[in-house]
Amino acid sequence: MSTPILAIKNLHVEIEGKPILKGLTLTVKGGEVHAIMGPNGTGKTSLAQTLMGHPHYTVTSGQVTLDGQDVLAMRTDQRARAGLFLAMQYPSEISGVTTANFLRTAINSLRGEGHQIPLKEFRDRLDETMQFLEMDPKFSNRYLNEGFSGGEKKRNEILQMLMLRPRIAVLDEIDSGLDIDAIKVVAKGVQSLNGPEFGSLVITHYQRILSYLKPDFVHIMMDGRVVKSGDYQLAEELESKGYEWVRAEYSTPL
Amino acid sequence: MATTKPQMLVNDEYQYGFNDGDVGVLKFSRGLTRQTVEEISRIKKEPKWMLDFRLHALDVFFKKPMPRWGGDLGRLNFDDIVYYVRPSENQGRTWEEVPQAIKDTFERLGIPEAERKFLAGVSAQYESEVVYHSIRKDLEEKGIIFTDTDTALREYPELLREYFGTIIPPEDNKFAALNSAVWSGGSFVYIPKGVTCDIPMQAYFRINSENMGQFERTLIIADTGSFGHYVEGCTAPSYNSESLHSAVVEIIVKDDARMRYTTVQNWASNVYNLVTKRAAAYKNATMEWVDGNIGSKLTMKYPAVYLLGEGARGMVLSIAVAGKGQHQDTGAKMIHAAPNTTSTILSKSISQHGGKTTYRGLVHFAPGAENSKSNVKCDTLIMDNDSTSDTVPYSEVADSNVAMEHEATVTKVSEEQLFYLTSRGLSEEEATRLIVMGFIEPFTRELPMEFAVEMNRLIKFEMEGAIG
Repeated sequence: MSTPILAIKNLHVEIEGKPILKGLTLTVKGGEVHAIMGPNGTGKTSLAQTLMGHPHYTVTSGQVTLDGQDVLAMRTDQRARAGLFLAMQYPSEISGVTTANFLRTAINSLRGEGHQIPLKEFRDRLDETMQFLEMDPKFSNRYLNEGFSGGEKKRNEILQMLMLRPRIAVLDEIDSGLDIDAIKVVAKGVQSLNGPEFGSLVITHYQRILSYLKPDFVHIMMDGRVVKSGDYQLAEELESKGYEWVRAEYSTPL
Repeated sequence: MATTKPQMLVNDEYQYGFNDGDVGVLKFSRGLTRQTVEEISRIKKEPKWMLDFRLHALDVFFKKPMPRWGGDLGRLNFDDIVYYVRPSENQGRTWEEVPQAIKDTFERLGIPEAERKFLAGVSAQYESEVVYHSIRKDLEEKGIIFTDTDTALREYPELLREYFGTIIPPEDNKFAALNSAVWSGGSFVYIPKGVTCDIPMQAYFRINSENMGQFERTLIIADTGSFGHYVEGCTAPSYNSESLHSAVVEIIVKDDARMRYTTVQNWASNVYNLVTKRAAAYKNATMEWVDGNIGSKLTMKYPAVYLLGEGARGMVLSIAVAGKGQHQDTGAKMIHAAPNTTSTILSKSISQHGGKTTYRGLVHFAPGAENSKSNVKCDTLIMDNDSTSDTVPYSEVADSNVAMEHEATVTKVSEEQLFYLTSRGLSEEEATRLIVMGFIEPFTRELPMEFAVEMNRLIKFEMEGAIG
């Protein structure tokens, strides 16, 4: 496998006619950890949903490519097969479908007809991954996200990511509502994929998870675009100073 | 996201829609008269009491008006129906004895294979008569009787006389009267006191001729402390004109006995499926109806349990799938007539491609049914904007000291669910199927393994017309 490159260029997105993203540009490569921070309502989740092709979002202009291929022309399932993954802030509940059954169906969909994962191999990998994420083995027999606590849902998103092995993962507030031990486990999960064939884009409000993930790049989003980028120090700065200074800087006419 | 164009499920997509040509050795002309009934009884060499029972039922049938509730019966013309078709001269005890054309049909439906694998016994009815019947030797030796109802009338006349028509008399409703007048075939099961039959007995019903009326009559007696599981499946070819399936199933579950009756009906979309199913459950007895309805033009079926003894339990677990031009008017009835009785109804329905599902149910607490409980849950999944669903629950409470819970949900496959699943690589079709499978999982998990596999296959097949 090669090093993936996700390139977002001057992306404009609307929801029900209302502009949400207003010219966002960002490139995520394999081997890199990017963090996106920013106040509520600045378009962070919209970016994540748009990248995965949520039907509510309309791209009005701009480009998104993965290894040069036009992501915006792909259906959601094709994006997944190209190697994109979105750990969702509010994962859906699917009654009657066990987490294990779902995961196997998803892996087989990604692999394609005739390349299904052998049951034993699947079971072994699932057991191993769940152990790594410190999850109760019974978890895989529960219906997907049904009656899961907030923390269990987040952990389940990471479990899926590790099982599906994407090339570029977007993690939308994967740390919200988690205690410190859970955050450590989630961070451990993400780190286990780190390498030249995996890039990640971590959307968060808090510096805490970033102290484990040590992002290479930190971007601040405001009003639908990236207004400031830096390294991990930027996250620490935000933690101590808040967003006001960035806002002041951003709204100062150049 | 992909946009889906709902495609209509047409008749030819019904996979059991083939027919075998006309294989009958004796076929009545259309229409129903006193002579039709007398002739059926004469061919079967029945005792006089049965002929009298039939003729009385025919009177009741003529007198009763067509039901004005439920589904649309406007296109059902009793004069167009053929009331009796005998497909072969004799019933086969071994598979080789079954006529080739019929054998081919059941081979295509997978019956002999299923029998070899996991069944206690098999009965296969083609048109009006049971053409093949077998029961495992060890079960026969335990005293279990599993035969067709015509044979039972000859070989176990005293059991038939005692129980036949006692749970569902001809007066019950117009279609029970019709069945009582012209019944042919069906299963008779008797499980002796304390005997457990832990592998399922299966019956298979197949209509082949156009405008055929199939009127099987099933009677099951689970004697004190016994246990049994009876499973039936049904199919018919697709014709442009209507066929009628109007069965009566009577079950007696004596003290401390437990009986489960599982049906997976997969009729072609030209069949009117109007069935009366009722069980009487005595002291501490348990009756469970597991009822799957796929296909047919109109199904009206409300399996009932009369909880007649203290501590009796009743359960109806059902699914109904309605596609284009189909109406599934199904539900359950629970009559609490003794103290400390409990009932559970879980109804799951799916409507798609303009189909219609109706849950119609009754829970009745008679005076003296104190400390009885009932729990009713109706879940509906609507697949598109052309399809509809109704819930018509009735409850009658004549005893104040009872507990009744009712819950109904209507859901659509949500955009968020589809987005979530497709974001993991599932196509929209796979995602929808997974959601539907999950929805009916509380039903499929109650089926014997082989039936669950078949059920999932049927549902998958039904869904394929829908998702492009």
